[in-house]
Amino acid sequence: MNGSIVRLYVLVLALFATVVGFTSYWTIFDAEELEEKQDNRRSLIEAQKIPRGTITTVDGTEVAISVPTGSGNQRIFVREYPQGELFGHPVGYSFVEQGNSEIELSENDVLVGRDNEFVSIIEQLEGQVDEGSDLTVTLDAEAQQIAEDGIENAISVPETGGALVAIEPDTGAVRAMVSEPGYDPNLVPDQFDQLREDAETPLLNRPTQSTYPPGSTMKVVTATAALDSGEFETSTVLNADSPIDISGVPLQNADGQPAGEIDMTAALTNSVNTYWAQVGEQLGPETMVQYMERFGFFRDPPLDFPNDQMAPSGVYNSDGALVREGFDVGRVAIGQGGEEGQLLATPIQMAQVAAAVANGGDLMEPTFVQQINDPEGRTTQELDPDVQSTVMSDDTASEVAEMMTNVAEEGTAAGLSVAGSTLAGKTGTAEIDIDTSLNQAWFIGFAPADDPEIAVAATAERCTGCFGGDTAGPIATDVMASLLD
Amino acid sequence: MSARNRELLALIPVAALVTAGFTAVFIVQSSEIGDLSLIYGAYFLAVCVATHMLIRLRLPYADPYLFPLVALLAAFGLVILFRIDESLAVKQATLFVVGLGLFAATITFLRDYEVLERYRYIIASVGIGLLILPRVPGIGEQVNGAYLGIDLGPLSFQPAEVAKICVVIFLASYLNEKREVLVIGARKVLGLILPPLKHFGPLLVVWGAAMLMLIVIRDLGSSLMFFGAFLAVLYVATSRPSFVLIGMGMFVVGAWVMSQAIPHVGDRVDIWLDPFARNAPDGAGQVTQALYAQADGGLFGRGLGSSLLELPGPFAPDCSVAFPECGSLLPAPHTDFIYAVIVNELGLFGAVAVVITYILIAERGFKTAVLAQDGFGKLLAAGLTAVLALQAFVILGGVVRVIPLTGVTLPFVSYGGSSVVANMVLIALLLTISDRARRPRSAAGYGALR
Repeated sequence: MNGSIVRLYVLVLALFATVVGFTSYWTIFDAEELEEKQDNRRSLIEAQKIPRGTITTVDGTEVAISVPTGSGNQRIFVREYPQGELFGHPVGYSFVEQGNSEIELSENDVLVGRDNEFVSIIEQLEGQVDEGSDLTVTLDAEAQQIAEDGIENAISVPETGGALVAIEPDTGAVRAMVSEPGYDPNLVPDQFDQLREDAETPLLNRPTQSTYPPGSTMKVVTATAALDSGEFETSTVLNADSPIDISGVPLQNADGQPAGEIDMTAALTNSVNTYWAQVGEQLGPETMVQYMERFGFFRDPPLDFPNDQMAPSGVYNSDGALVREGFDVGRVAIGQGGEEGQLLATPIQMAQVAAAVANGGDLMEPTFVQQINDPEGRTTQELDPDVQSTVMSDDTASEVAEMMTNVAEEGTAAGLSVAGSTLAGKTGTAEIDIDTSLNQAWFIGFAPADDPEIAVAATAERCTGCFGGDTAGPIATDVMASLLD
Repeated sequence: MSARNRELLALIPVAALVTAGFTAVFIVQSSEIGDLSLIYGAYFLAVCVATHMLIRLRLPYADPYLFPLVALLAAFGLVILFRIDESLAVKQATLFVVGLGLFAATITFLRDYEVLERYRYIIASVGIGLLILPRVPGIGEQVNGAYLGIDLGPLSFQPAEVAKICVVIFLASYLNEKREVLVIGARKVLGLILPPLKHFGPLLVVWGAAMLMLIVIRDLGSSLMFFGAFLAVLYVATSRPSFVLIGMGMFVVGAWVMSQAIPHVGDRVDIWLDPFARNAPDGAGQVTQALYAQADGGLFGRGLGSSLLELPGPFAPDCSVAFPECGSLLPAPHTDFIYAVIVNELGLFGAVAVVITYILIAERGFKTAVLAQDGFGKLLAAGLTAVLALQAFVILGGVVRVIPLTGVTLPFVSYGGSSVVANMVLIALLLTISDRARRPRSAAGYGALR
């Protein structure tokens, strides 16, 4: 019998070993998948038990606060957004049922205090309650308000929108980001489904998610490629006839008139399509793509923002895929495209184009994080600018900046000015539908022109008969004036 | 060092663990728990030492590790219960005192365990009777579709916990008597060694009883535990793996038929196969919550008292009964799912410590069976150990999804009076057998003369 008893013990050992094996599977190997299950609300409920960090703008406006309800063990914290719609984008929302979005999502670890594990363990031993860290964002409430009012007024056609992005060229700090139509995050718990199904797509963050034809603002990228590659100089003269054949299809200037023998400065000042299309063709797709990539095209911007709320800019084929060759490079050079590839860009991408020129050719990584303070008030992180890429030489940057200054002084943006400062910029008016004269109006630029402190891109979707210079431009200059003040 | 001194020494780490555990919970939840609670830890230890003194007196040669291992599990359970709800730990500590009282009574009055053989049919009848009690109208109690408890006003009771000891005593005695004929009369049929037909009958009866139990109490886990114990005793008695294989096959077939016939049993199986399915039966949520709790624990756990258990304000359902019966994220954290709480708070490491404790108890139990000189003692020790190990496996396996979840308690750890009391008696029986087995020869001779 003793042999059987020993074998029985071995069987019992095997049974318990299975239990240990399965326990390790759930705790270690499958843990991540279990934590991501839809009905696993553990972390969401836990997050509600601690006060989420406050989000404040750099000028001290409280944007998102946590308010306690209930008491004792029953106490939880609920998010409130005192500024309502103004910061619905890009701050986002955070609610237990609807989840997190935008900055509330990308900075979630900071806001729930998970960023500093060591400190929280010490504090747990001391018996202190867990708390999230406070986040100061680089946004400016006044500039945001001016931008929102401006974009809202610029929208004339139902179910369209507009966007504005303002970036500090030397730090990458995003000082304003507006998406219209917006939404009030306080309404998310009650009206989530309406907001999601609304034809005006208020939950879409246009500055990072919407890709539009950038029109003539793209000529800044083309000019950079032309000068920095050494193939052209600002004085290079071409015959800007109209129409001319580009990829076998006639291309006209905006006014339909030949511009004659002009140099690059004149071509940018007056936004002469046929000049720039020839430049694009001479550079070829390889050089154009190379410089576009340096500006950040063809991938999501390195912004601290949720990946699925950002879209890459670049040349899209009819299947919606990015292509790096085989497209009509002449038309892409003027911000359009053709069957084989249409150039589309997000507002933040075009703001980065202006910022790179403004910062002497060094493109800084865009960021929202000005400062993070732990619950004791200690600063645990501060804005630390990083170079995203070196787009062009300092000399090229000065030449492009000077041409853009000319645009604002005597060219298509001559009607624009920033009070008490100088302006460099480029207008863009992409034709969306010629029959109904629906245009996408753009303005990108920076100020002061000689020592830039702020770069802006503003755009209005599908406005009727509008132009970049008179629809998007004034909003951009108002925001610049506010931020330079 | 004498066996008893080793036992006393082994109680010291238990004392350290219970003190550390209570202190940890106390620190984390000091705002909610009164400081009087720490006294219960000391109270528990005093009772353990008193029990040790009694063992020293009555069973001087008994296995020195069994009792400290049981005390370790009990301490584990008390700390977790203390963490879930202070009053549960207080009640459980009281139940342990009652359990240890019966433990003391068993080792005091059962001078010779062979007495049990004489009353085996009475004991068997009592066991079967106990199992049927939950179906008796008026006192029977149905929980989640299974009939496991009876409710006698202030006292509620799980008769299966006591019945399992009765059944093992009967089986050990019956098979000790019949094992010769079962082995000698066996024939080979189609390569399988079958017991002789006339003795096959009683085995079929036991199988039938297990199936009937499935119908009567509607609990797959309890049936598995009873039938598994039967097969374990049968195997030790006959050393014929083929008997066990046939028995297992019969059980699987029977269980499958029952799962088709009884919706509640079928639901449990469906939940086990895929608790995440969209159309999973009601009750799948408790299995998934148990898995989420384990995932949340990870390697080291969230720490005692630091996992999310009681749902705050707006997440809590409307409760007519107090936490943890209602309003707990993990259902039944103090009974069925206490292992999930352990994994959540102490991680894989803590959980493995618990499982190893059961393995060590099984090792001591089977060692007792090996050392026992008489057939009945061997079979009884092996059977009691097997049923205890199987009970632990059935609930642990249910929580970690090795087998369908059923409602048996985790011995010595889960909250519940019948479980604590019955398993204390089970350990008392094991120690009684062990004392006889380990007694030096001269002393054994004296015992035989008595």
